[in-house]
Amino acid sequence: MLKLEKRPQPSQTFAYLTPIFAIIITMIAGGLLFMLLGKNPFEAIRTIFWDPLFGEFAFYYRPQLLVKGGPLILIAIGLSLGFRAGIWNIGAEGQYIIGAICGAGVGLAFYPMEAWFIFPLMIIAGALGGWAWAMIPALLKVKFQTNEILVSLMLVYVAEQLLASMSLGLLKNPEGHGFPGSRNLKDYSSAFNDEIITGSGMHWGVITAFIAVIFAYILLNRHMLGFSIRLTGEAPRAAKFSSVNPTRLILFCLGMSGALAGLAGLFEVSGPAGQISIDFNTGYGFTAIIVAFLGRLHPIGILFAGLLMALTYIGGEIAQANLGLPAAAIQLFQGMLLFFLLAVDLLTNYRIKRVRKETV
Amino acid sequence: MDLSAINPALLLASLLVAATPILLAGIGELVVERAGVLNLGVEGMMITGAICGFMATIVTGSPVFGFVFAAIGGATLAFLFALLTQYALANQVASGLALTLFGLGLSSLLGQDYVGLKPPSTPKLDIPFLSDLPFIGTVLFNHDIIVYLGIALVALVWAALKYSRIGLILRAVGENHDAAHALGYKVVRIRVLAIMFGGACAGLGGAYISLIRVPQWTEGMTAGAGWIALALVVFASWKPWRVLLGAWLFGGVTVLQLNLQAAGVAIPVEFLSMSPYIITIVVLVIMSADKSRAPASLGRIFHASS
Repeated sequence: MLKLEKRPQPSQTFAYLTPIFAIIITMIAGGLLFMLLGKNPFEAIRTIFWDPLFGEFAFYYRPQLLVKGGPLILIAIGLSLGFRAGIWNIGAEGQYIIGAICGAGVGLAFYPMEAWFIFPLMIIAGALGGWAWAMIPALLKVKFQTNEILVSLMLVYVAEQLLASMSLGLLKNPEGHGFPGSRNLKDYSSAFNDEIITGSGMHWGVITAFIAVIFAYILLNRHMLGFSIRLTGEAPRAAKFSSVNPTRLILFCLGMSGALAGLAGLFEVSGPAGQISIDFNTGYGFTAIIVAFLGRLHPIGILFAGLLMALTYIGGEIAQANLGLPAAAIQLFQGMLLFFLLAVDLLTNYRIKRVRKETV
Repeated sequence: MDLSAINPALLLASLLVAATPILLAGIGELVVERAGVLNLGVEGMMITGAICGFMATIVTGSPVFGFVFAAIGGATLAFLFALLTQYALANQVASGLALTLFGLGLSSLLGQDYVGLKPPSTPKLDIPFLSDLPFIGTVLFNHDIIVYLGIALVALVWAALKYSRIGLILRAVGENHDAAHALGYKVVRIRVLAIMFGGACAGLGGAYISLIRVPQWTEGMTAGAGWIALALVVFASWKPWRVLLGAWLFGGVTVLQLNLQAAGVAIPVEFLSMSPYIITIVVLVIMSADKSRAPASLGRIFHASS
C-alpha cells in the first residue's frame, strides 16, 4: 500500500523537476487530445514546440517569442509576488486593459504633436492606470477584509465593458469611417512602441520584463520586503510575530502586480496591437497565472515559463493554420499544463512511501 | 426613453429566470464550502455544463437529457478538482483557477461545431388555474421546471444541513476536519462527494444559460456568472435561504439593466452592462464585515498524518 508522508521541507530537486514532468505529461495528454481530433499527435506536438524555434520559417517566429513572452513575463512577475504571500490578484487582465486605456489615452491626447516626452508619459500613465485598478481590491481588502479574488475578477468584466465603451466612444478614431477602435499608434511615431532592433521582436515592453525579472529577484533574495513576502507565504504565524505589516504587504503586492500588468497593457497596445479596440486584449492576464505557477513563483523560473507559454501561443497559431487545429485546443492545452503541474507538485511536498498493511 | 414599456409582471418573471443559473451554482458551492473546500472553478464547471447540456440536447432533442448530461459534465470536471485537492493535496485557490481555465478551453473546443444552432425549447409548466391568475400567474406559475428545481434545491440543502445526520457530518468536516477525522468520518470521501454535488449544480446552472436563458451556444457565454455565484455564497454568509435572496437580488439587477438598455435610457449600454459586477463588489464589501460565519476549515488542506 502506498502512503503519503509530508516532507519536513519541500524537496529542492522535485521543485525543479516537477515543471518538466508537468510539461511532459501535458505533451502526452495533449497528443492524445490532438489524436482524438483526428490529427497526427507527433506532427502537432512538433508543430507547436519545434517549428517556431527551428522550423523552416523560424526566422519569422523567433522574434514573436519575445513579443508574446514579454507581457506574460511582466504580468506573471507581478502576480508571483502576491501569490507568494497568499494575496491572490487574479484580475490582471483588467489591470492590463486599464493600463492600455490610460496609456493610449495619454498618447492620443497629444495627437498629432510629435515630442520625445510623449512615450515616457504614456508609460507612466499605463503603470498608474493598472496600479489604480489594482488598488480597488487592495483598499477594499485592507479596509473591509473583502475577498480580493472576487473583487479583482469582477473588475475584469468592468474593465472589458469600459474598453468597449472607450473603443466605441471617447477614444474612437475620428477618421476611422465609423469603425470601432482608436487611431493606430503605429502611424504616430511619438507614441509607437517600436522594435528597438528591427526584426528582433525586442520592444520596450520586453526590456521592461527583463528588468522586472532582475528587480523581483533582488527584491525576494536581498531585500527586507521580499523576505516579508516569503515569510508571510511560508510561515504566516512567524510573520505575525516578526512584525510584518500585512496592510503594507497587501498594498504593495497588489499595487505592484497592477502596475506591471498596466505596463504590459500599455506596451502591447502601443506596439504589437497598435490600437485600442474591443478585443485587443488576448487573455494574457489569465495565461500569466499559469506562467507564474509554472515558473514556481520564482523570477528566473517565470522567465522560462513565459517563453515556453509564448511558444505554445505561436506554435498553436502555426498548428491552427497548417493542421487546422482549433484555437480552443491550445487554450485547453495551456489549462492542462497548470492542472498537471499542480498534481505533480505533490512530489515536492510529500514523499510517497510503501507501507505494509498494519493490523488494526 | 420609454419606461412604460417595462411590464412589472414580466420583469419579475424574468427576474426568476435570470436568478436561476447563479442560484443553482451558488447553492452547490455553498455545500462545497460548508464541507470546508473552496472551489474557485465554478465558472469552469458552469461553462462545461453549458456546452455538455447544449450538445446532449441537440443530439437527443430532449432538454431533459441535456440537463442530465450538464450535471454529469459539471460533476466530472469537479471530480478532477477533487483529485487535485483531496488526493494530490494541491492548493485549492490555484486548482480552482486551473479548473476555470481548463473548463473555458474545453468548452470552446467542444462547442466549436455548435455555434449558431438553436436547441429545442424547454416546455414551460402549465399549471391549470394557477398559471392563468393575473399577475401572480405570470410571475410565479409560468416557468420551466428548472426554476422550481432551483428553489426546491435550496429548501433541500437547508433542511439537510439543519436537520439531517448527513448535514451534521458535512458541517463537522467543514468546521474542523481533524476532529471529524478523529471521530472516524471519512473526511476526504465526504469532501469529494460534496465537490461533485457542487459541480453537478454548477453544470445545471450553466445548462440553464445555454438552453433556456439565451438559448444558444457562444464561447465564454457564462460571462462571470460562476464568479458571481461564488460571491453569492459570501453574501449569504453560508446560509441557504440567503443564497436565494442574493440570487434574486442579482437577477433583479441583471434584468433591470437589460430592460433599461431596451428602453433606451440615456446611460450608455456598457455602463449598464457592468452594473451587475459593480453591485457584486458593493455587496461583497458590505457583507465582508461579518467573517464569523465562514466554515472554520475553509480552504485548508487536510492530510491524515499519523
